[in-house]
Amino acid sequence: MATVTPPVPGRRHRTPLARREARWAYLFLAPWIIGFLIFYAGPMLASLWLSFTEYDVINPPQYTGLDNYRQLMSDPAVARSLGNTVYYTALHVPLVMLISLGLALLLKRVGRLQGFFRTVFYLPVMTPAVAVGILFLLLLNTQDGLINRALGLVGIAGPSWTTDPHWVMPGIILMSLWSLGSTVIIYLAALQNVPRDLYEAAAIDGAGSWARFRSVTLPMISGALFFTLIVNTIASLQMFTEVYTMYFGNRETQNTFNSDAASFYVIHLFQEAFQFLHMGFASAMAWLLFVIILIITLIQVKLSNRFVYYEGEDK
Amino acid sequence: MSRILRATVFAGALTLAISGCGGVGGGSDEGGGTATKGALSTMGFGFSDEIATTRIEAFKRDNPDVELKVTEGAFDEQQFLSAVASGNPPDLVYMDRKLIGTYAKRGAIQPLTQCVDKQDIDLGQYRPAAREQVTLDGTVYGIPEFSTVRVVYLNEGLLKKAGLTADQVNLADWAALPALNAKLASVSGGRLDRIGIDPKIPEFLPMWAKANGVDMLSADGRAAKLDDPKVIEALTTGVNLIQQQGGWGAFKSFRDTFDFFGAQNPLSKNQIVAWPMEEWFLNQAAKNSPNAELVVKPFVDRQGKPLTQSAGQAWVITKGAKNPDAACAFVKKMTATDTWLAAAKARVDARKAAGQPFTGVYTANAEADKKIFDELYQPTGNKRFDDAVATIRSVQDAAFALPASPAGAEFDKAYYDAVNRVLAGQEQPAQALQRAQREATAALDKAAK
Repeated sequence: MATVTPPVPGRRHRTPLARREARWAYLFLAPWIIGFLIFYAGPMLASLWLSFTEYDVINPPQYTGLDNYRQLMSDPAVARSLGNTVYYTALHVPLVMLISLGLALLLKRVGRLQGFFRTVFYLPVMTPAVAVGILFLLLLNTQDGLINRALGLVGIAGPSWTTDPHWVMPGIILMSLWSLGSTVIIYLAALQNVPRDLYEAAAIDGAGSWARFRSVTLPMISGALFFTLIVNTIASLQMFTEVYTMYFGNRETQNTFNSDAASFYVIHLFQEAFQFLHMGFASAMAWLLFVIILIITLIQVKLSNRFVYYEGEDK
Repeated sequence: MSRILRATVFAGALTLAISGCGGVGGGSDEGGGTATKGALSTMGFGFSDEIATTRIEAFKRDNPDVELKVTEGAFDEQQFLSAVASGNPPDLVYMDRKLIGTYAKRGAIQPLTQCVDKQDIDLGQYRPAAREQVTLDGTVYGIPEFSTVRVVYLNEGLLKKAGLTADQVNLADWAALPALNAKLASVSGGRLDRIGIDPKIPEFLPMWAKANGVDMLSADGRAAKLDDPKVIEALTTGVNLIQQQGGWGAFKSFRDTFDFFGAQNPLSKNQIVAWPMEEWFLNQAAKNSPNAELVVKPFVDRQGKPLTQSAGQAWVITKGAKNPDAACAFVKKMTATDTWLAAAKARVDARKAAGQPFTGVYTANAEADKKIFDELYQPTGNKRFDDAVATIRSVQDAAFALPASPAGAEFDKAYYDAVNRVLAGQEQPAQALQRAQREATAALDKAAK
C-alpha cells in the first residue's frame, strides 16, 4: 500500500514549472525592483543617515546623533505645520469621500449621459497643480474673486480667504475639492460592480432605499472606500504643490501671505532643506512624517479588517 | 502582513518624494579649460532682452575659444544645490545679492580676491551699497550687476482732485500720514476702490526702519535688531496706513489685481495715489502710460533726507567651478563700463525702433551709469519722465542695502512672517517683532558657528 505524505503546513511544494515561472516573474519584475532599490530604497536609507547629521548639501555631513529629532520635538514651526496638515487631512479626506460618493451615486442614475458627466468630473484632475493654485488665488480674492462675488449675490459678505488666518485653511480645503474627480470615478466603478440581484433580494425582504444603501451598497463598495481613504490620507499629509504655488511660490506671494496659517509640513520641510540649507533636519522631518503615515496607515488597515468586505474572501 | 508591507511601500514612496528630491545639474562634464578657453557654464541667467544679449555677445567676441553654455532660467536653489551635491556645479551663478552671504559662509562660492587681482577689476567703480551686499567679512564673493532702487510714485491727477500738490505729500512727517491717507484713499462699504498710501510692507520695512534711524541687521550681517523700538514704530506706522484702508484683506486683495506691466496699470486706472516702488516701473509707465500725470519723488527719512534701498543680482563663481579663469573674465566683461554702454546703446536703438522713450539703464557700476547718461541719454521731452529720471539718478548715492548675512533667507522670513502676523491681526507689532528677533537670532547664531 502506497503511503501519501501530507503536505507540510507552511512549506510549499513547487514543481519545476512553477519554479521556472517564478524565475520569469522575477526577471520581468527586475526593472521595477532595480528602480525601487536605486530610486526609492537608496534615497530612503540616505535620508535616514542624513537625519542624524548636520548637513547643508555643500559641506560633508557631520554626525550629531539625535539632535535633529530633539529639535523636531521642540520646534514650534514644525508643530504648527504638522497641526495645519492634520487639520487639513481631517477635513479634506472625509469631505472628498462624502462628496465623491454623492456624485458617483448621482452619476450612476444619469443613464446615457453618464460618459459625458464622467469626463466632465474627471477633467479638473488633468489640470496641472500649479495652475490650480494660481486659479484659486484668483477665485479666492476677497474683493473681486468669483467665490465672494457668488456669495455676495445671496447677501453673504465673503471672508478674506487668503489673508485671514482663520479662513486660509478652509480656502485651501475648498481648492482641494477641485480634483476629486478620480475618487468619483473609482466609486462609480465600484457602484457599477454591485450585483443587481442583491438589491432585488433586499427589496423583496422589504428593505427601503436607505437600508439597501447601508446594507448592500456600502459593504459592497467598502474596498473602494478603504482604498480612497488610504490614498487620500497619504496625499493630504503630503500636500505641497498647490499650496506652495499659492502662498510660497514667488517673491510676491512669499512676502505678503501669512505663512503660519498656510504652512504645511512638506512645505516647511522643503524650506528647511532648500532655502535654509538644513538638509539633515529636513531628513529628520521626512522620517517623522514617514512614521506618522505608517502608523495612520496601519491603524486604517487594522480597522479595515472589521469594515471592509472583499468579494470572495472568507470572513 | 501583506497589507503592512503595502502600507510600508506607500510610506516609502512618500519618503522618496520628500527626501529624494533632486535637481538638474547645471554644470558640464565636458572638461574645463584654462585662461579664457574651454567650456564655461552659467545658471540663473537668461537672454531676456537686448541688455543681456549684447553683453553675452561682447564676451563671446572677446573670448572665441570659450564654449559658453547659458542654462536659461531664474536662479533655483534646489537646482543649484543638487548640482553642487552631485559635484557638478556650473562655473557661474547669477543670483540675488542677498543670498550671497549664506552661500559664502557655507563655502559654496569662491572668494573673488584672486579674480579681482588677476583681471584687474576696479571694485571702486561699483556702488557702495551693492559692493557691501557681495562682501562678507571683508572678502568679496560676487560682482554686482543692476542696481534697483526705490522711489515714491505719485498720481498727481488724483492729488489735484483731493486738493493737494505733490509737494504736500511729505513722507517724512509720519504723524501727518494718517490724515493724508484718509484724504487720498477711497473706501466705501468696506470695499477699497483706491489706495491712498501703500507702505509696501513687509518688503519695504527695512527702508521704513532706516528712515526711522535704525538698521534691522548689523553691518556684519550677524545681529538682528528687529525688536528695536524704532522698527516697531515703523511697522506700526505702516500697518495703521493699511488698517485705515479697509484692513489687510481688502487692501491686499485689491492690490493683487494690479497689473504694473500693461496699459491697464494702477496709475492709468487711478487705483493708487502714492506708493514707494522700484525704479523699473518708470520704464513701464513711459511705455504704457506716457500721458499719465506721474510725479516721482525720493523716499525720505524722518528728517526729510532722501533715502533708498538698493537690491539686485550679482555674478558668483562656484567653489567647484571647472573653469574659474574664464568665469572671472566673464564677470569682468559682463559688468564692465564699456559693455554696459554697448548694452545701453542697444536698448536706446530698440526703444527708438519701437517709438518709445529711453528712460535709462541703472547698473551697480557708477562709472557705467555716468557714461550711459552722459553719452546716450536724451531727455524724452516729457518733463514728468525727465524729472523722474533725474530723481532716480539722484537717489542712487543715497542707497543702503541689507548687508550680506550667513542666514539672510531666515532673517528675511522672520520679519516677513512678523509683519504678516500683525497685518492679519494675530499679534501686535511689538509682540510679532520680538518673536521675529528670537527666530532671526537663533538662525544667525546657528549659521555663524
